[in-house]
Amino acid sequence: MTAVDDATPGTDPELVASFETTISHHDRIEPRDWMPEGYRRTLVRQIAQHAHSEIIGMQPEGNWLIRAPSLRRKAILLAKVQDEAGHGLYLYSATETLGVSRKQLTEMLISGAQKYSSIFNYPTPSYADVGTIGWLVDGAAICNQVPLCRTSYGPYGRAMIRICKEESFHQRQGYELLMTMMRGTDEQRAMVQESVDRFWWPSLMMFGPSDADSPNTEQSMQWGIKRHTNDELRQRFVDMTVPQAEALGVTLPDPDLRWNEERQAHDFGEIDWDEFWTVVKGGGPCNAQRVAHRKRAWDDGAWVREAASAFAERNAS
Amino acid sequence: MSQVRAEWPLYEVFVRGKRGLNHVHVGSLHAADDQMALRHARDVYTRRNEGVSIWVVRSSDITASSPDEKDPLFAPSGDKVYRHPTFYDIPDDVPHM
Repeated sequence: MTAVDDATPGTDPELVASFETTISHHDRIEPRDWMPEGYRRTLVRQIAQHAHSEIIGMQPEGNWLIRAPSLRRKAILLAKVQDEAGHGLYLYSATETLGVSRKQLTEMLISGAQKYSSIFNYPTPSYADVGTIGWLVDGAAICNQVPLCRTSYGPYGRAMIRICKEESFHQRQGYELLMTMMRGTDEQRAMVQESVDRFWWPSLMMFGPSDADSPNTEQSMQWGIKRHTNDELRQRFVDMTVPQAEALGVTLPDPDLRWNEERQAHDFGEIDWDEFWTVVKGGGPCNAQRVAHRKRAWDDGAWVREAASAFAERNAS
Repeated sequence: MSQVRAEWPLYEVFVRGKRGLNHVHVGSLHAADDQMALRHARDVYTRRNEGVSIWVVRSSDITASSPDEKDPLFAPSGDKVYRHPTFYDIPDDVPHM
């Protein structure tokens, strides 16, 4: 194991051994256990990024709340966006057990010191995007998240279990929305295809850089934080999604996508990594807008937080 | 913009899944006071009928055992195997034991 690298001079070797034994037995690390600083730092980065993604993820779909075509669709979308907020809160709580405050986390999101998933920097100009996000984006999220239910850090795993139970509703409502549109007019079918064309590649990018360019993966797997590599999960998502696309009657926009009998898996084309890195580094279509919106909500809510604190203080005295 | 006072305190949330079960810890949240903590707990942790009763308690009011004293604290139960029914050999043909 490599955790020893993190052991600062003076760290009790018994603590290190106890940590490594827990990890090697696939037991869980809990908040008050000793852990290497690198393990803690990696978790803070990963869980916070995940939490921020849920919070920012409310925006692309929130865009359609007041324009949903029926009361039924509006109620479903409201419930889904509320879930995203809830998921963000579960994950912020898990991050806080590692000694970071909620306020610091919000500030790191707004300042850009911490990232969120690049997928939420794409716009949602079409109502079909609500369905496509549920199907592809939440589908990709599920692929990523199911193995994280067994992650080595207890609070993170428990948050993921709650989240995964709810994500299934997200994916199914999206797919059902798209099925409904595909049974509609030619124009509606074209809307679905156009939306899938825009979201397919960004969905594949959600799994992160290819394994060759993912320097943190090996260490994260040794620590039991991650259970599979980015490319393994991406392949699993492609294999799951192809038959769903066929059932839906849409084409996935990749001329190289085909079944490989020998590998018993789908081959698919190369991701545009320049686009991926551009969006990660802040140059995507909506990066500035998403963060500005979050900052505005935080600033505009300041008086509410203050008023609630003042009320609580007065009642306590 | 005026300075926001200190952060809202942290609360731990416990939910009784249904009648007859214990309250179980489900997570934590921030709230300005106890009543708000209860409302937030409802919204965050029981959106799908996960509970029939909620407890919230300030995290700072919880006293916890330290992981460092794990062995000494729990040792007294570790060496008292005679507290377990399996400690006693009873012939297989004795019924209802």
